[in-house]
Amino acid sequence: MKAVLRGRAWTFGANVDTDQIIPAKYAIYSLDEKKLGEHAMEGVPGNDGGWSQKISAGDILVAGPNFGCGSSREIAPIAIRGSGISVVVADSFARIFFRNSINIGFPILQSPQAAEAVKEGDELEIDLDAGVIRNFTQGDEYKCDAFPDFMNELIKMGGLVPWVRKQLKERRQKAHA
Amino acid sequence: MTMSEKILARASGRDAVRPGDLVLGKVDFAMGHDLTIPPAGKIMREQMGAQKVWDVDRMAVVQDHFQPAKDIASAGLGKMTREFAREMGVKWYFEVGQGGICHTVLPERGLVLPGELVVGADSHSCTYGALNNFATGIGSTDLACVMALGELWFRVPESLRFVYHNQLAEWVEAKDLILHVIGQIGVDGARSKAMEHTGEAIARIDMEGRLTMTNMAIEAGAKNGIIGFDKITREFLDGRAQRGYTPVASDPDAEYERTFEFDAAAVPITLAKPMSPDHTAPIDEVAGTRLDQVFIGSCTNSKIGDLRRAAAVLKGRHVAPWVRLIITPSSAQVAREAEREGLIGIFMDAGAGWTVATCGACLGGHMGVVGAGEVCLSTSNRNFPGRMGDPTAQVYLSNPVVAAASAVAGEIIHPKEVVGRELVAV
Repeated sequence: MKAVLRGRAWTFGANVDTDQIIPAKYAIYSLDEKKLGEHAMEGVPGNDGGWSQKISAGDILVAGPNFGCGSSREIAPIAIRGSGISVVVADSFARIFFRNSINIGFPILQSPQAAEAVKEGDELEIDLDAGVIRNFTQGDEYKCDAFPDFMNELIKMGGLVPWVRKQLKERRQKAHA
Repeated sequence: MTMSEKILARASGRDAVRPGDLVLGKVDFAMGHDLTIPPAGKIMREQMGAQKVWDVDRMAVVQDHFQPAKDIASAGLGKMTREFAREMGVKWYFEVGQGGICHTVLPERGLVLPGELVVGADSHSCTYGALNNFATGIGSTDLACVMALGELWFRVPESLRFVYHNQLAEWVEAKDLILHVIGQIGVDGARSKAMEHTGEAIARIDMEGRLTMTNMAIEAGAKNGIIGFDKITREFLDGRAQRGYTPVASDPDAEYERTFEFDAAAVPITLAKPMSPDHTAPIDEVAGTRLDQVFIGSCTNSKIGDLRRAAAVLKGRHVAPWVRLIITPSSAQVAREAEREGLIGIFMDAGAGWTVATCGACLGGHMGVVGAGEVCLSTSNRNFPGRMGDPTAQVYLSNPVVAAASAVAGEIIHPKEVVGRELVAV
């Protein structure tokens, strides 16, 4: 994964729940990230559908508090990633969305400062390692809350899958020893 | 330590844990369903390279969300779910017609027990905490990890304590109490934290009502909801528990991030208005709202006691013209008992539609999806835009007695205006 991401900001408000991120009717496409991506954020009232068609690969989603509340559906971060969004920045995240994003190796950042200041269309650059967001449009810079090392490690490894593979390998080696 | 901390400490092999600690916990029971098993099974086998489930006796797979299959694609998901359970040899597999909604099935079969660490690939898995365990919802990759290793990473949550003094007033149920609390603290009021319920009112709420309260912990953003072990817990589990168990209690000096105190006697019948579970109002404020559909169902409020009370309202009465009432029992056992007690006949005489046990309309899946601009009163747990169907539908949440009475009136109404002074059991 690239440590520095650049893209345009797409902004959302508070308590955007998983039914707005990806309506349950699309759960039938659970195993098709691209198809899910086509319907990302479709349930947000006032969003006329086709949101994901406006996304350029690498764009950045910026949201208010409690982003991703509601269902446990892992297709929520998968749909966002499938739409071309490279990273989600929020004031705060609902816990299952948070877990799911980290587990699939999808970068998320918590920054109340950015969530408050960023306007739709702003050009952003995010340095994942430094935890810094630069806003070229507004000429501003925001700090992100630090995550525990284990979570950063999971994101860097590419998620929970490689971590489990490593654990299984160690267990097998132990069983043979 | 709080009871949540004690469970996570034991499961991670530590003497003590503190909020914020990241621990690797051994899972005592895990659950997945027809929307989460297909991805989890694929991730576990194809990506993680694990060929079997860590402990087939400690795993349930339930066909409930889009089952009986609502279309060809969900038939495919049901098939993958079935084949996975079969190939893995999962002991607790619940087929259509034999299980029902996972969050009713697991408690009624005695599969989730005091002191245990329970995870389910469904956000309402927090329901089980009414049985004095630490239960939380996880994603599909999480579930794949649990199935492969029997372990998962957890951040130890801060605990919030909710103390309910006195008793609930007449007509006021556990559902009203938890809606009232969510209205006070908001849909992120307990975000990632433990909600521990205690006090005189809890001691008098039966296990069904307690399960309703912990079920909705997630609607306040909580990681888990939990209730202490008492006579009600023990009596519920007697003859039901599938394993031995060890209850946990919070220490007198346990640390809580915050304690909320409520006078349960002062809590009114409470509904959530569109389009958020924390958008609550006492019944007086929403009475008179015209309805197109009433749904009595879901893991929140469609157990046998809920259906008995709904039947007490509906007996000898009829659903209002141009209103539809859909009643979906939350499990096959609940349906069987409703049949035995004659409740289904009462519902049919009242003009209600009675369905197979499924999540169904609650998540806008099938058997009660609401259309554009329609107004629905539901006994389920969340009413975010689009949850039950069209994003412009207006969904209210209530307890089942209010729902039944409102179906008769065709508008939201205080049940006493329909049934008279008090509810007479059927």
